[in-house]
Amino acid sequence: MTMLPTEFADLEPFAPKWCLPSEPGRYAMRLSSSMDEMYEFYEAIHPRAAAAISHLERFDLYGLPEDATNLLHLLYSMIMVSFPVEAWGQPRVPDTGSASFDCFTEPAP
Amino acid sequence: MARFPKPPEGSWTEHYPALGTGPVSYEDSTSPEFYERERRAIFKRTWLNVGRVEELPRSGSYFTKEIAAANASVVVVRGKDGEVRAFHNICRHRGNKLVWNDYPLEETRGTCRQFQCKYHGWRYDLEGALNFVQQESEFFDLDKDAYGLLPVHCDVWAGFIFVNFAPEAEQPLTEFLGPMVTDLEGYPFDEMTARFGYRTNIAANWKLFMDAFQEFYHAPVLHAKQSPQKYSAMAQQAGFEAPHYRIEGPHRLVSTSGVRFWEMDSELVKPMEITTRSGLFGPWDEVDLGEMPKGVNPAHCDPWGLDSFQVFPNFVILLWSQGWYLTYHYWPTSHHTHVFEGNVYFLPATNARERIAQEMAAVTFKEFALQDANTLEATQMGIESGYVDRFLLNDQEVLCRHLHKEVADWIAAYESVPEVPRP
Repeated sequence: MTMLPTEFADLEPFAPKWCLPSEPGRYAMRLSSSMDEMYEFYEAIHPRAAAAISHLERFDLYGLPEDATNLLHLLYSMIMVSFPVEAWGQPRVPDTGSASFDCFTEPAP
Repeated sequence: MARFPKPPEGSWTEHYPALGTGPVSYEDSTSPEFYERERRAIFKRTWLNVGRVEELPRSGSYFTKEIAAANASVVVVRGKDGEVRAFHNICRHRGNKLVWNDYPLEETRGTCRQFQCKYHGWRYDLEGALNFVQQESEFFDLDKDAYGLLPVHCDVWAGFIFVNFAPEAEQPLTEFLGPMVTDLEGYPFDEMTARFGYRTNIAANWKLFMDAFQEFYHAPVLHAKQSPQKYSAMAQQAGFEAPHYRIEGPHRLVSTSGVRFWEMDSELVKPMEITTRSGLFGPWDEVDLGEMPKGVNPAHCDPWGLDSFQVFPNFVILLWSQGWYLTYHYWPTSHHTHVFEGNVYFLPATNARERIAQEMAAVTFKEFALQDANTLEATQMGIESGYVDRFLLNDQEVLCRHLHKEVADWIAAYESVPEVPRP
């Protein structure tokens, strides 16, 4: 059983871990992942982001098929891991050991 | 050399001479006794924003708000007549908290036809009237009309719901807000319903977090590593200057200049910003919000970045030039703790590309806010030790100076009135 549109089968290995519907889920996954895992995911998805966004734009945002919704969530996770990958070199924002910022509501999808 | 002209007095701070230019004390942020005075003189006495009307979409929609600084819990509800009202969240029978789920200390929201007390089943309608008493005949001369929910002053401006715990509000809401704030009327707050909400407990006085977000002098340093090295180096070299500050009554405004990231060399922006066409300042592609009210970018900064309206005492409306806005609330829970709530509002995305740009802006906001939040605990520790008691503020920190002075002035004004019985 695949999760993503067939055009994005190359990203399927990342889907079970990173197709996460909520920000708290994505943020927790970021904190519990190794940098190697996040580099690997980022390097696979980032070159495919433009194609993925174009694919999603063909649909009504509020009536996305399930596989497209999964792809959108995968792109949200790409944004989430881009901060450790592009800026921090570590999962957590440096010097924020005791700080938290809990997302309690976000737009759907 | 200043990049932007300063007022004729030579500085923004001296433009408001009552502020002075000397070192300041932060005893107002470390003293339990001072916090008690703040509670009485400010939080039990002025207008406090508790949310927006979109949170109450229909008759019977309600939410509760815990306001520790006023020692109050309120239930805010839209009545059958469409009016938004606020009541003390207390059953008139034996004082049980009326509306809560699972944990009495936690806020809740929902839709109902009436409120029923969990304890003995007393029921109140959406307008607060007591309309059912279990075994009513067992009571003695009970006049149900005299035991409705205790109302809290409640008023709405531009869709923002405010409450006031004073026995009588000293000023109507719009008079309290004043023209600098009410000139935002007409901004399409009501259409910007795509919302990201964040909450956190901060181990610092509420004013210290307000200070953190009412000066940007820190930005090129504290947030340096958020940007590619080349950009950070340029930003730090340039330092921060705002083109415009304004103080009106108890409220404050800073406008900043804009940055056209989309015109920049790719070495100066992060790859994900290019991919999503978005970042800290918001989506790069303009959205059409129609004509702006005169309160927006009042000094006509060009390029304009943002307006941060610091609404006394603990509420911020921050409008970005890229067509989105933030609100901040700082809810004190003790002299050295508070609950911070940040909300990010966009027009609902019309397609996945816009939605992804919004996601990038919201995630970036959180990355920055985490850096700001952790610094506060460190500041609280430093000033609370008491070994250093005077601190410096520069001209870009003029609004910090004003907040602490305004708080002191409210307390002085309140305490100068002869003692009368107070709630």
